[in-house]
Amino acid sequence: MYPPAFDYAVPRSLDEALDLLAEVGDEGRVLAGGQSLIPMMKLRLAAPAHLVDINEISELSYIREVNGHLAIGALTRHADVVRSEIVGAGCSTMASAAPWVADPLVRNRGTVCGSVAHCDPEGDWNSVMLALGAEVVARSRTGERVIPISDFVVDFFTNALEPGEMVTELRVPRDDERSGGCYLKLERKIGDYATVGVAAHLRLDERGRIGRAGLALTSVAPVNLEVEEAERMMAGQEPSEELFAEAAEIAARTCQPQSDVRGPAEYKRAVVRAYTRRALHQALATARGER
Amino acid sequence: MEVTVTVNGVEYRRETEPRRLLVDFIRTDLGLTGTHIGCDTTSCGACTVLLDGVPVKSCTMFAVQANGHELTTVEGLRRDGELSPVQAAFKEHHGLQCGFCTPGMMLVATALLGANPDPTEDEVRWALSGNICRCTGYANIVKAIQSAAATMHEGVRA
Repeated sequence: MYPPAFDYAVPRSLDEALDLLAEVGDEGRVLAGGQSLIPMMKLRLAAPAHLVDINEISELSYIREVNGHLAIGALTRHADVVRSEIVGAGCSTMASAAPWVADPLVRNRGTVCGSVAHCDPEGDWNSVMLALGAEVVARSRTGERVIPISDFVVDFFTNALEPGEMVTELRVPRDDERSGGCYLKLERKIGDYATVGVAAHLRLDERGRIGRAGLALTSVAPVNLEVEEAERMMAGQEPSEELFAEAAEIAARTCQPQSDVRGPAEYKRAVVRAYTRRALHQALATARGER
Repeated sequence: MEVTVTVNGVEYRRETEPRRLLVDFIRTDLGLTGTHIGCDTTSCGACTVLLDGVPVKSCTMFAVQANGHELTTVEGLRRDGELSPVQAAFKEHHGLQCGFCTPGMMLVATALLGANPDPTEDEVRWALSGNICRCTGYANIVKAIQSAAATMHEGVRA
């Protein structure tokens, strides 16, 4: 399978990449890991006229701790996150999700920022980012915007980038001593999309109540679905089995699964209910320092 | 576009279209047909090559992206006319049935043993989880890789 012909450019610096993107406008796409974009081009579901390949801009590959958040560069690959001690120590939710993204070979190539920008509702990272309340840094030749992930994910395969803009960094809140989270994914086999994925993140206040709750779902709606009703319901509450069961009911009621090869909709709804409860318990244990 | 790439230690320079997939560049333009095309959809790992030592699926990269980089294909595993420890172990332990997935399996195994010389069975299976054997011959593939690890240890001690 072959994509239609395209122009290819391989800039050596971010400034050069931004100049190229400005020139080509909405006919251009950034090629990072290419593990979603290239298959889509081969299937002719995407046909950008210009590709700007950022793989030679090594300055975009980093994981840093900056002012209470982790900064993930545009060229940071999933495998870098799997191996990262900074993520292992500073972001339990990302650390638990990373080994379940795609398969080992795809993780060697695919990037976190690319996956976030792709906005595939079956992608794992946007659920994680929604649960964490991450921010996306977008740059163009004319400036920089910092976009909350909930505004960045606009719709099915649709992000908030303007022509000429690219994602340069993700900013992910770092766990403190009273916060933690996890990502639970049901998949038929490694490398398949999630049948259901649930990202949960809890920040406790000094009395042990839930200060902030983050909950988002993969593969059960046209977008990665932040379950805001459950998040609001849990905020300020004492964590308990009953509270998490209620949040799970809200998640099961809110999601919009479709019947497909991965199972009937009602099965997926039941998995959402069970996994949400489990994920919240696991997030609580992590936030309490019990695991 | 002109692409210069080092494959198995040999430098090649070729003119190619940007949309040329790396796997076709390797097989057709360079004539190295040990790299196989299986699913052509980033699922099966038959087209695995090492890019600067890291296993990747060559059906999901453009050849132009390999410009200036080093590739290893299955043809590059032999050393001084001898099978590499991984190749010898696949032969010895019947780590292949139809053989179609074998180049990818051996390249992943070679990268794994480079990074982790003494993997557990779980670690081997985890590393192989992006490569599909349609014959379902995984048991012997795993056995072969663990045996290769042991052989390589003996080599170091000898």
